Amino acid sequence: MKSPDPGAEPHHATAYSIAAAEFDCEVIENEAVNAEYMHIVATADPLATSVAAGQFFHMLCPKDGPNGPFFRRPMSVYKADPKAGTVAFLYKVTGSGTRALATLAPGDRLDLFGPLGVGFALEPDWRRIVVVGRGVGLATLAPLAELAAANGMGVTAVLSARSPAVMISGERFRAVGADVIEVTDAGGTSGPARLERVLRGLIADGMADAFFTCGSNRLLLLLQRLGREFGIPGQVALEQQMACGLGMCFCCVREFRVDGGVAHRRVCWDGPVFDLQEAISW
Amino acid sequence: MVDMNVEIGGVRLANPVMPASGTFADGLDKAVDFERLGAMVIKTITRELRVGNALPRVCETPEGMLNSIGIPSKGMPYFHEETLPTYTRYSTPLVVSISAPTVDGFASLADEVSLPGVAAIEANISCPNLEEDGKAFANEAASAERATAAIRRRTSLPLWVKLSPNVTDIAEIARAVEAAGADALVVANTFLAMAVDIESQRPRLGSVTGGLSGPAIRPIVLRMTWQCARAVDVPIIGCGGIATAEDAIEYMLAGASAVQVGTVTFVHPTAMISVLEGIESYCLRRGYERVTDLVGALSVEEADETDMEWVDPLR
Repeated sequence: MKSPDPGAEPHHATAYSIAAAEFDCEVIENEAVNAEYMHIVATADPLATSVAAGQFFHMLCPKDGPNGPFFRRPMSVYKADPKAGTVAFLYKVTGSGTRALATLAPGDRLDLFGPLGVGFALEPDWRRIVVVGRGVGLATLAPLAELAAANGMGVTAVLSARSPAVMISGERFRAVGADVIEVTDAGGTSGPARLERVLRGLIADGMADAFFTCGSNRLLLLLQRLGREFGIPGQVALEQQMACGLGMCFCCVREFRVDGGVAHRRVCWDGPVFDLQEAISW
Repeated sequence: MVDMNVEIGGVRLANPVMPASGTFADGLDKAVDFERLGAMVIKTITRELRVGNALPRVCETPEGMLNSIGIPSKGMPYFHEETLPTYTRYSTPLVVSISAPTVDGFASLADEVSLPGVAAIEANISCPNLEEDGKAFANEAASAERATAAIRRRTSLPLWVKLSPNVTDIAEIARAVEAAGADALVVANTFLAMAVDIESQRPRLGSVTGGLSGPAIRPIVLRMTWQCARAVDVPIIGCGGIATAEDAIEYMLAGASAVQVGTVTFVHPTAMISVLEGIESYCLRRGYERVTDLVGALSVEEADETDMEWVDPLR
């Protein structure tokens, strides 16, 4: 296998993975954490637990019928624990792949291919970062908050959800010492105008050297606008339907603003983490 | 030890297993050692800059996939400066797949890619022919023959021609392409197909129709491989739904001299290696010294007249 040239990739990951492999893992846990989200934990070897924040695994979900999932499903890692030898994912049952995944019980096998993609990159001169996520996008941002905290950066986490009952990861962000601001549709606190006031306050207080987001088009647009106004850099983790996960099939291309024009990039290979301003909302 | 070498239309390969065009790129080297492959067949290049088709470009189907990617192409400078050096670092033979909207376009592109480091050209003639109302070159013997002959005149590299399965009589096309100078045939490309989302009542592909591939099509392409192998003398490379060594062996027994593994690589990235190892174990188990001994070894018993009587009750 060749040695990759990370410099050639835009926004390369903190720990760019040079190799990926298919892992036959054992499911340790697969349980609902609330009314909407499931938490699955599987055994993983050191290459798998070396996954960087924002990278993903391509999961082979069990067949749930004759039309059952044929392709793998990409899922970003919620937690990798090299000591325990496990990787964990948070997911919401939305289609045939995740529906089949939800049927797995402890002791069942789960085929994971990865780690894949380009994860988040933290500039050493950032002291305080703001992560803003919604829904299952919060799962992708949790390892980033952990990485930032481990590098001595302060983290403010703005967590958005429909209701407190389906809010995830609050504890996980608090555990790494993040200041957590939870907002919900049910509480009337998640609207863009209110969030903008919260974010402007964080900027004024010097808490936002960089923005990170995942899971909401509306949040992406808001952060892009504030990022432009205040010259604050940022990154966004994007989702897209994928087939191969290795940049071969060109199924997951999206448009990006690059050098005044529009460029097509593969979410699986050039991302899934991209520059905040280059991403085009969906 | 089994001798796994095969010779495909003037190219000597260390083994008969290679990727199908469009399902292989440098990213796969994260999981597969390219030195172990029989050949590297890269995604079709075109002279024209193309961004590709509307989204969604892919959907799942029972045991297969439907795609309409549209051959995104970054053009020839990118091919010379980036693509070619990426693959010529390996000792594995490089096969460059080309496509063009006209006969002359095919010929000049073949000339342009006839470069050191390129072991063979695979002509993807399943694309629309702009000179004939967009009908694919591969759809008729005459246009397939014209494209093949034009390429043949402009390159001395081994020429593999990839046939389309969307035809009435593939053997007729195979004979025409062989007569026009092809050194080998790849059987076959994807089947034109479509799928509908009954909730949104919209097509599942942005471009409505696309190409069906994967295990779902294997028995049909296997039949076509057998028909082509009986019709021509040049080697056949079987390509259609091969996911395991057993599938590849079926193709070789039916007359394929080599196989291309495609869609399954999207699901099992190391599938080509399992196919290769499985063919070798089969040869060992069955006492074959050379993998070429499998080619066309299918044993077909002639049916007795009486067995056939029920087929035509009016006789």
